[in-house]
Amino acid sequence: MKFDHPATDGPADRQNVLGKPHKRIEGPLKVTGRAPYAYERHDVAPNQLVGYPLGAGIAKGRIVAMDLEAAKAAPGVVDILSTLDMETLPVAATNVAPLFGGDEVRHYHQAIALVIAETFEQARAAAQMIRVEYAETVGRFDMATADTEDADIPNIGDFDTAFAEAEVTSDHTYTTPAQSHAMMEPHASIAQWQGEKLVVWTSNQMINWAKKALVTTLSLDPENVRVDSPYIGGGFGSKLFLRSDAVMAALAAKKVGQAVKVSLPRPFIFNNTTHRSATVQRIRIGMAKDGRIKAISHENLSGTLPGGAGEDATNQTRYFYAGDHRKFLNRIATMDLPESNAMRAPGEASGLMALEIAMDEAAEAAGIDPVRFRIINDTQVDPENPERRFSQRHFIECLERGAAEFGWAPTAPAMRREGRWLVGQGVAGGYRGSPVMPSGARVRLQPDGRLIVETDMTDIGTGSYTVLGQTAAEMLGLSLDKIEVLLGDSAFPVSAGSGGQWGATSSTGGVYAACMALREQISKQIGADADTVDFRDGLVTAGNRTMTLSEIAAGKEIIAEDKMEFGEFRKEAYEVATFASHFVEVAVDAYTGEVRLRRMLAVCDAGRILNPITARSQVIGAMTMGVGAALMEHMELDATRGFFANHDLAGYEVPVHADIPDQEVIFLDTADAASSPLKAKGVGELGLCGVAAAIANAVYNATGVRVRDYPVTLDKVIDRLPMPDAG
Amino acid sequence: MTDTTRSRSSVTMTVNGTEQQLDIDNRVTLLDALREHLKLTGTKKGCDHGQCGACTVMVNGRRVNSCLSLAVMHQGDEVTTVEGLGSPEDLHPMQAAFIEHDGYQCGYCTPGQICSAKSVLEEIRAGIPSHVTRDLANVVMNDDELRERMSGNICRCGAYANILAAMKQVAEETA
Ligand code: FES
Ligand code: FES
Repeated sequence: MKFDHPATDGPADRQNVLGKPHKRIEGPLKVTGRAPYAYERHDVAPNQLVGYPLGAGIAKGRIVAMDLEAAKAAPGVVDILSTLDMETLPVAATNVAPLFGGDEVRHYHQAIALVIAETFEQARAAAQMIRVEYAETVGRFDMATADTEDADIPNIGDFDTAFAEAEVTSDHTYTTPAQSHAMMEPHASIAQWQGEKLVVWTSNQMINWAKKALVTTLSLDPENVRVDSPYIGGGFGSKLFLRSDAVMAALAAKKVGQAVKVSLPRPFIFNNTTHRSATVQRIRIGMAKDGRIKAISHENLSGTLPGGAGEDATNQTRYFYAGDHRKFLNRIATMDLPESNAMRAPGEASGLMALEIAMDEAAEAAGIDPVRFRIINDTQVDPENPERRFSQRHFIECLERGAAEFGWAPTAPAMRREGRWLVGQGVAGGYRGSPVMPSGARVRLQPDGRLIVETDMTDIGTGSYTVLGQTAAEMLGLSLDKIEVLLGDSAFPVSAGSGGQWGATSSTGGVYAACMALREQISKQIGADADTVDFRDGLVTAGNRTMTLSEIAAGKEIIAEDKMEFGEFRKEAYEVATFASHFVEVAVDAYTGEVRLRRMLAVCDAGRILNPITARSQVIGAMTMGVGAALMEHMELDATRGFFANHDLAGYEVPVHADIPDQEVIFLDTADAASSPLKAKGVGELGLCGVAAAIANAVYNATGVRVRDYPVTLDKVIDRLPMPDAG
Repeated sequence: MTDTTRSRSSVTMTVNGTEQQLDIDNRVTLLDALREHLKLTGTKKGCDHGQCGACTVMVNGRRVNSCLSLAVMHQGDEVTTVEGLGSPEDLHPMQAAFIEHDGYQCGYCTPGQICSAKSVLEEIRAGIPSHVTRDLANVVMNDDELRERMSGNICRCGAYANILAAMKQVAEETA
């Protein structure tokens, strides 16, 4: 089915099940520990051996020799997989760093061996007995001095002249540090071969990418590969791509002729897998006296291994605010650090960390309230191509509604004191595109009237099980408890997968398409015209005939499959995006500089909300991640040795319960017919976009100290804090 | 302890009400004894180093990070895991409250959060003070106390606000 014009009203608009606050259908399994995650699948293959990885102890160079003797002789060891056993494995289109093989070391903790043993304890002990001799070479670990490549971004008008002539200007440089996804479930896989056939039970957001990457990496026939990932303990981008756990498990299982399971140890994850690149961003804003932006420029520098894309922090600035003269530069430094790649809201998360402080500074320079400043610089058209409109854009409403609900009333900087606390408010805008991907599904109407949905879509905590179930229920006129949703198996139709906040929009489109096909088939079976048949309350009504779905499927199950493909009109005619405003109040300890959040509010313009419970959870979760980005998350680079030193959950701090205050989320619930058949848009990444800047702005408002280098830790404010009141 | 190398031991503990005798490698953590030997995979491994709380279980009624203790240290102990609290058909009130308030997303930290949440309410009622307790003689149930005591359980999905709501509901229901 093709989505080639804006949606008209149809069965999905009834909103009997969709749009309703249904609790997660897989909830009972999760809260009782019965949902099976990758490493826990004792039942899928007999006699599973355990693999424990060894990572390179240098960042760049070559392995000269590896002494495996002691490790091989250690108790319980069955075999050892060594990177020297093979040439560097081919790199799949979705990977940057090779995942295994060869003597060349391209980054610290690159996987170089896997000890395969009867037990975890034996494998772990033996892995420490491997002696590696390296020939180390000099790596490029400093972004400021590394060679860069410039990505091509169109410039509009004449920025330099317009900025030079602007009545008010703001010109500052901001930095964001490298960040880690730090999802709670480590990367893990169990692999088993049956002849040429490989099955990998794993934890992966994008089943089809994982499958394709396995095919490329291990030179397999796609027919012979199955990937299964029904439960994923968080991803945030870290599990978008095939990783070393799956590759090593597959190679090891082949080598020993037995199933092998591998979980990446937590301290290995930070340097072995991917991270979000650090950035350096210069933002210049030139305005008229009334605060209208005339010229805007965003320059970005980020790092990557050869062949990667880095972190393009400029993207949102191209679309977010008005201004006739626009200049962008995205520089990508080639470095020898672990692979930088997508993390939740890649580009925008970092870009808005900088842009939304810059907007605060520009507003101040122009002497205008920052909410008002954003409102007067709103644009309803693509600033690069005014012919193209935003399909919908309710950013002003986000700001106005947010200001009213929050009680937006900031004082002048450092003017509000409550005893030892300096109190401030901050605001930021959020912007994130709402892309889509083709997505397929199969639906199977059972003789007992239940419906089974099958798609390789994943649920990484996003609520896919529930919203796909709601979609099918709505389309067939069933209640949600009649729907069984099966996900994450490459044997099912290929879906959009979970990434780039395209998951729910696209995959509900796929289930919609499959359900339309099923409705068609059912209509044909009862000899009626699909357009005139009504599906409601488990009943099918055609003219004056009414049957139950179970009567219709009584003989045998009815199966339909289809895929939703999104037409070009969506991109050509419109910019489809999501918007938010974030408001926060902080209190900063006047003696220690400690920042405590008091309350947070997000107002989101993200299309029609499919399920207000799961959508809200996505947003509060993203706001929480934004707190981490603002106040604590920072991968500490050892620039001499070329690795991230704080590579575990004690050293890499993420927000905990005590860091998170009351959080409120308001959805404008703006059905967007140009976006998808369900008029929905993404929301999972929007919630992160802008949060950190709102906090940094609130810290400025509280203290008068402007921090432009994230995270906003107390050492960056303490020497400039105003004296606290005696009381 | 018949193994001459003394690298293995025999240990008997009660897990979710059932007595279990294990003959295991001394290096096996309580967490892996549960997950790998008893196939009770409800208890999660997030870090294996006491940094995340995903492995929280109750030992003799108190919560512990099961990755930080060895199975052989638990001779005679009573261990309760998330599986022992309730089943999908017969949920513990805290499990039901997590569903009600969407106190999770991916679900991976959830068993640990639930074990901690249940224990936290008991700890407060038992008058055990925390870092944020103002009056040591009078430990009260409030948001600060709940947040502080739950801070050893990381939820990267960021469900904290909903977990708090779930705990408050259970605290009220059982007040
Ligand atoms: S697994 Fe025990 S604290 Fe993380
Ligand atoms: S629910 Fe995913 S980490 Fe808590």
